[in-house]
Amino acid sequence: MLLIRLAVRNAFRHRLRSFLTILGVMVAILAFGLLRTVIDAWYAGVEASSANRLVTRSSVSLMFSLPMAYKDKIRAVPGVTQVCQGNWFGGIYIDEKNFFANFAYEPQTLLDLYPEYVIDDPAQRSDFLRDRKGCLVGVKLAKRFGWKVGDNITLRGTIFPGDWVMTVRAIYRGARSGTDESQLFFHWAYLDETMRVNYPSRAGQVGFYMVGINDPNKAAEISRAVDAQFANSLAETLTETEKAFQMSFVSMSEAIILAIRLVSFVVVLIILAVSANTMAMSARERTGEYAVLKTLGFSARTVALLIASEALVISLTGAGLGLLLILPCAEAFGTLMTDFFPVFAVSRETIIYGVVAGVAVGILSGIYPAMYAARVRIAVALRKVG
Amino acid sequence: MAIPLSYSWRNLLTRRATTILTAGGMALVVFVFTATLMLAEGLRQTLVSTGSPDNVVVMRKSSETEVQSTLERQVAQVAATQPQVAVDVQGRLLAARELVILISLAKRSSGAASNVVIRGIGPASLELRPQVKLVAGRMPEPGSTEIMVGQSVLSKFAGVALGQTLTFGQREWAVVGVFDAGNTGFASEIWGDADQLMQAFRRQSYSVVVAKLKSYDDFDAYRADIESDPRLQAEVKRERQYYEDQSKALSRFLRVLGISLTAIFSIGAMLGAMITMYSAVATRIGEIGTMRALGFKRRAILAAFLAESLLLGFLGGATGLFFSAFLSFMSFSTTNFQTFAELAFKFTLTGEIAMWAMGFALFMGVSGGLLPALRASRLNIVEALRSG
Repeated sequence: MLLIRLAVRNAFRHRLRSFLTILGVMVAILAFGLLRTVIDAWYAGVEASSANRLVTRSSVSLMFSLPMAYKDKIRAVPGVTQVCQGNWFGGIYIDEKNFFANFAYEPQTLLDLYPEYVIDDPAQRSDFLRDRKGCLVGVKLAKRFGWKVGDNITLRGTIFPGDWVMTVRAIYRGARSGTDESQLFFHWAYLDETMRVNYPSRAGQVGFYMVGINDPNKAAEISRAVDAQFANSLAETLTETEKAFQMSFVSMSEAIILAIRLVSFVVVLIILAVSANTMAMSARERTGEYAVLKTLGFSARTVALLIASEALVISLTGAGLGLLLILPCAEAFGTLMTDFFPVFAVSRETIIYGVVAGVAVGILSGIYPAMYAARVRIAVALRKVG
Repeated sequence: MAIPLSYSWRNLLTRRATTILTAGGMALVVFVFTATLMLAEGLRQTLVSTGSPDNVVVMRKSSETEVQSTLERQVAQVAATQPQVAVDVQGRLLAARELVILISLAKRSSGAASNVVIRGIGPASLELRPQVKLVAGRMPEPGSTEIMVGQSVLSKFAGVALGQTLTFGQREWAVVGVFDAGNTGFASEIWGDADQLMQAFRRQSYSVVVAKLKSYDDFDAYRADIESDPRLQAEVKRERQYYEDQSKALSRFLRVLGISLTAIFSIGAMLGAMITMYSAVATRIGEIGTMRALGFKRRAILAAFLAESLLLGFLGGATGLFFSAFLSFMSFSTTNFQTFAELAFKFTLTGEIAMWAMGFALFMGVSGGLLPALRASRLNIVEALRSG
């Protein structure tokens, strides 16, 4: 008890320095937490994917389409419950800066396959299913542009030429916190019919199929069965779980993710340098005191423990403050970056890692001064006038 | 009279451990700062040097990238035969109808699939891109299923070495050549015959027409001819402009990321410098009193302590720059958000970046040292002497 009180007193004896060190640790833990949350946000699509869904796409690359005729063949594979055809539409709303994800899907199977998109009003749901020029938007996206049910919006096609007019028929919210609420879905039939008129050669083409399966354990088997049907055909397919599919997007920017990861560790190194510095200075200044403590009969171990706990007090105070600030900061940052990261939430692991980092910094920065004080010879230390 | 610089320098030497820790923290900040600037610069240089000033790109209206664009044969024909298009020594028009598609290949390092651009080229393509040179093997024969690969593709992807074959579009494509495209985006591409690729992928249309104009000033006339023709539904950009636009999203992202990271970091490093300098002042109060008593002015004391923290910043900056200079030997490869294709570029260190980094390090030193130095200079002589 006495030791702890002494450590706390010591930690705050040099008030300005302790304040600065705590501030440093706080900023670093905050940065560490935010960086980890950025990485989590990157993987949001992977986390949100369901084990009950497979994605079938062209084996050459995602930019090649598959014939519409594949739908029934996939549907006939044992274990498949639902098939929904979809296209990445890539439309632009007014200006390129307003980027958001927009897809053309077959609406009924879309809603069946994605129970996490919840439409609270049954009237909206049936309106969306009925209106071929209707679209379904996420609640976050609707808020961003101030859309209400019944509004007309126009997307400029980049992959599918022309101006595409559609009506907001329904607004969904996510069933879980990780669900992306900033997407737009409209009827695949609208896309296909328009293409049939303007660019007949591009009609009847599907970007990818979302495949619902009854047993996640058979995902690999069903994937192989689907791909086997189209082997050696003009458009060979590649079927994988939704998770693997989402992962392939994440791995495209793996170099950047790796860089952010590295940087988040560098932050911890910097705090370590700052707080080790503080502890080294304290230890040097108080060499005389340690000698007195030793003369009074305190063992070397106790003296070392005293210094180590002083370092812990400082770094844990800083880490605690940093962790307290993470949630409000993440929220502010998330609203700022909502275009880049639709889902931005601090995970429990991040908090745990933050605590671990705080403890680790405290221990590591205390070790050297503690050893120094434990080893210092009383006579030498007392002779030093300081 | 000024206090000699060696005084400040020796003080740093005496507190060696503290100096190393503080300067080390700053060096890490400078390293990250420089690395992000180098990346953004490398990306810019790569994409800007990919485009030639005299070349123009014709794409379908409102498509943002070559990959999204489609040009029907007649449209491509019109675009390639305008009067402004330059002619080579043999009297052929310097315009190429090209096909640009993405295929996914496995990366050498991780085995993960990533998108690579396959460019179907025409007879004039090579002459339009003087920066592209064959370094091994031979050119693909026109009309055959042969391809050549850029050097970045060769080093980053598996199964694309000379003599190997790739299978896509239900055909086997033999790799017969490797080309060097210097520090440009073409180095991340695979080139083959446009007509063969169109057949293999059952495409009826080209992606873009690239043409060299007779003179730089012909651009406006050429653009007016193409864009005002309602049958074409095409738009024209200078090639250099086109590639610059391609880099916008990624380079903006890199810059925002880099600046926010270093902003947070530098707070940590400045705090470190401040702690160090406050303690330097605190342990030398008696010394400061003595110097004042000897007749050194307040200004001289201020200057000496500022010099000390500037030196600290300089040490950190120099160390950080030294290590980031090694990054120039490395290249960075990531997916460009706009094209969805893999793009390799180098960390590029320029004099300007080095100056910014050093300026930043000195700034960290000064802002960490200013308050402690002010405190030192304001000490009362008598009290300082008594406490020392």
